[in-house]
Amino acid sequence: MAESSASYVPTLLQEAVNWAQKYSLFTYPFATACCAMEFMSVMGSRYDVARFGAEFPRFSPRQADLLIVIGTITERQAPVLRRIYDQMPDPKWVMAFGVCASTGGFYQNYTVLPGADQVIPVDVYVPGCPPRPEQVLDGLMALQKRIQEHRGHCQQEIGNTAAIGYTDRRKLPILQDGTSMTLLPDERMPQDGRVR
Amino acid sequence: MAQRLLEFLARERPAALVETGAHVGDEIAVVHREHLVDVLTLLRDHVEARMNMLSDLTVVDYLGQEPRFEVVYQLYSLTLKHRLRIKVRIGDGADECWVPTATPLWHAANWAEREAWDLYGVRFEGHPDLRRILMYEEFVGHPLRKDYPQNARQPLIRRPDAPPTDDQTTRLLPDSHDRRVS
Repeated sequence: MAESSASYVPTLLQEAVNWAQKYSLFTYPFATACCAMEFMSVMGSRYDVARFGAEFPRFSPRQADLLIVIGTITERQAPVLRRIYDQMPDPKWVMAFGVCASTGGFYQNYTVLPGADQVIPVDVYVPGCPPRPEQVLDGLMALQKRIQEHRGHCQQEIGNTAAIGYTDRRKLPILQDGTSMTLLPDERMPQDGRVR
Repeated sequence: MAQRLLEFLARERPAALVETGAHVGDEIAVVHREHLVDVLTLLRDHVEARMNMLSDLTVVDYLGQEPRFEVVYQLYSLTLKHRLRIKVRIGDGADECWVPTATPLWHAANWAEREAWDLYGVRFEGHPDLRRILMYEEFVGHPLRKDYPQNARQPLIRRPDAPPTDDQTTRLLPDSHDRRVS
């Protein structure tokens, strides 16, 4: 009896924490392109994302737990996006807003990243060019369902530690060369004699 | 209106002109490279031209033709309200693919020439700071050249479990530039 209740209580606690987290998303809008207009509409009074508890944008990744990638990401910008993601505290979730953030959209060329999931894990993809605000709300509800079911990418990676607010840094993704952050292009030295 | 400018050029610098013409109402003068700075300076400073604004500087790649590239200068006079398009034709060899810089004449040429160098590989001799402006420093080649592979990507960063893409020539930049994350 004691053992069964001991295993039951963390699960109940987990569900309660997940419930709290899914209705208290602090968004970081990484807005780079025209999709941002639709994001403003989602945030505004007509569609009113406040009904879902995600109305408060934080313009610092250190205070956010939902990264919304809004618009086209270029290859040159990809290390910056990764750095933003790495700076967010756990638990965290990512939404790809629009086809450019999801797959690169109609930009299939040398300069545009073919989807934000090439550099960061993505939980929810919202299609559309740009998506209707209803689609974004639908995507947000899908994400909330995912959080409640404990299926977010960070919940999968770091397990139950997220429930009690503790993160084992050793389990977090690190770069192959041992650093925890990407370098920006202008922080690197060119290795050959090419004309700059 | 700018027909007068073509006559002005033919009168003042007849040796510089390769040909002149007009296309959908825009007058065009093709000049020799060795006379380019002379012609541009004349157009900027002469009282009859007063082309005090370089509104754009671009390159066109006519792959398969000889000479291959055309550097295009779009000039405008803010005082006399007339336009003229100046073109220079250059080849694609390492010692051929260059033009003298126009940055001392118009500061607007500075970034436009950097962009032309970045995307087409046309060198602007005498430019004060000729380096890439849009692409990253590690990028190899000049992507708007018509012989640049259409699907070639040169990523700076990728996850190892990134979803596959349709690109045939995807490669990460080599060695120390490899920022593959796990």
